[in-house]
Amino acid sequence: MQNFEHLVTDVTSQESFCCLDGETLLNASVRSGKNIIPVGCRNGGCGMCKIEIVGGDYRTGKMSRAHVTEQEEGQGIVLACRTMPGSSLEIRSKGTSPGFN
Amino acid sequence: MYKGVMRPGHVQIRVMDMAAAVSYYRDLLGLIETHRDSSGRVYLKGWTESDKFSVVLRETDRPGLDFCGFKVFNNEALESLEAALKAFGCKVEDIPAGELDDCGRRVRFDSPTGHVFELYAEKTRTGKWGISTVNPEAWPRNLTGMKATRFDHCLLYGADLDGTLELFTKILGFSLSEQVIDENNLRIAQFLTCSMKEHDIAFIRNAEDGMLHHVAFELDTWEEVLRAADLISMEDVPLDMGPTRHGLTHGQTVYSFDPSGNRTEVFCGGDYFYPDHEPVTWTADKLGKAIYYHSRELNDRFLSALT
Ligand code: FES
Ligand SMILES: [Fe+2]
Repeated sequence: MQNFEHLVTDVTSQESFCCLDGETLLNASVRSGKNIIPVGCRNGGCGMCKIEIVGGDYRTGKMSRAHVTEQEEGQGIVLACRTMPGSSLEIRSKGTSPGFN
Repeated sequence: MYKGVMRPGHVQIRVMDMAAAVSYYRDLLGLIETHRDSSGRVYLKGWTESDKFSVVLRETDRPGLDFCGFKVFNNEALESLEAALKAFGCKVEDIPAGELDDCGRRVRFDSPTGHVFELYAEKTRTGKWGISTVNPEAWPRNLTGMKATRFDHCLLYGADLDGTLELFTKILGFSLSEQVIDENNLRIAQFLTCSMKEHDIAFIRNAEDGMLHHVAFELDTWEEVLRAADLISMEDVPLDMGPTRHGLTHGQTVYSFDPSGNRTEVFCGGDYFYPDHEPVTWTADKLGKAIYYHSRELNDRFLSALT
């Protein structure tokens, strides 16, 4: 599974990018050059990269509770800089969907 | 007018992973680890600082600033400042000696921008780290990373800049050294000093109160700032901006994020302040140049990523 690539699709813009197994969604978004997810601290603190996972498997690292509550986490709200894919993913981002935060 | 507040003395920073935070603040910034307390907090200092610690890391589930403390001249000054803070209407809390190991009684209070500050007069003095107080050498040989010399200032975000300016100037004896004024004559940034430094604390107007923009540490030279930026790349640490020069204060600087997303600055140089100086004013239409003196372009991440 080491360098396995997962397709990540933004449901609002229908843009997608590839994310390596073990790579964060934010890193892959930046690498794609498509600027789908806003970039802040890259370390789970500022909340700028907050997205919603609409479908697919993923795992997360430590995320500031000031930005993702336990309840939100259960609903698929994550910080993209602390989230790694386990399958292809569908996401919603405030970068392309301004109403969402 | 001088009220006995001498200098920024300490910050307590919230981190989400202590081991990662210690490797950032100690091994990369080059602060000296001086103590760990029974609640798991880690104490550090820049090598030139005379007291035992200036940075306290506390592990919890969200990053940000717990409080920023200023050291005052003596206990009489502490008592009169405490009375003045109460009269001003601050919520004042007495933190007993020893709540932070090696620190005396602290007077904790809130600011109109929703931040928590402290004053204290006593902390265990251990002297500059690695050199003697008698016939001292220029620097200790075994420093690591960026070799940060001292904790220098914080930049904080909150709404009530006017109330906070009044608190810091009238009650605590700070002076306004620099400001940014918008087209409606509203002060959107204020840099305040209690010393000859261009700033000891700074605030930016922001709808959400109590937010941290950065904690800053001093380096000796521009060459050291460049070397710090090299280390940020070598360690693959998220860079925020720089190395560059600010228009505001004219300091030379580079910013990065700690492993919990708190922004830190390492910088050198900058202007100086005497109490007879007029505040320096930057206008908001030149904000790009005020922040990034060379690129002169604003960057959304630098303005809005906060903890
Ligand atoms: S970029 Fe700051 S939380 Fe992800
Ligand atoms: Fe600064």
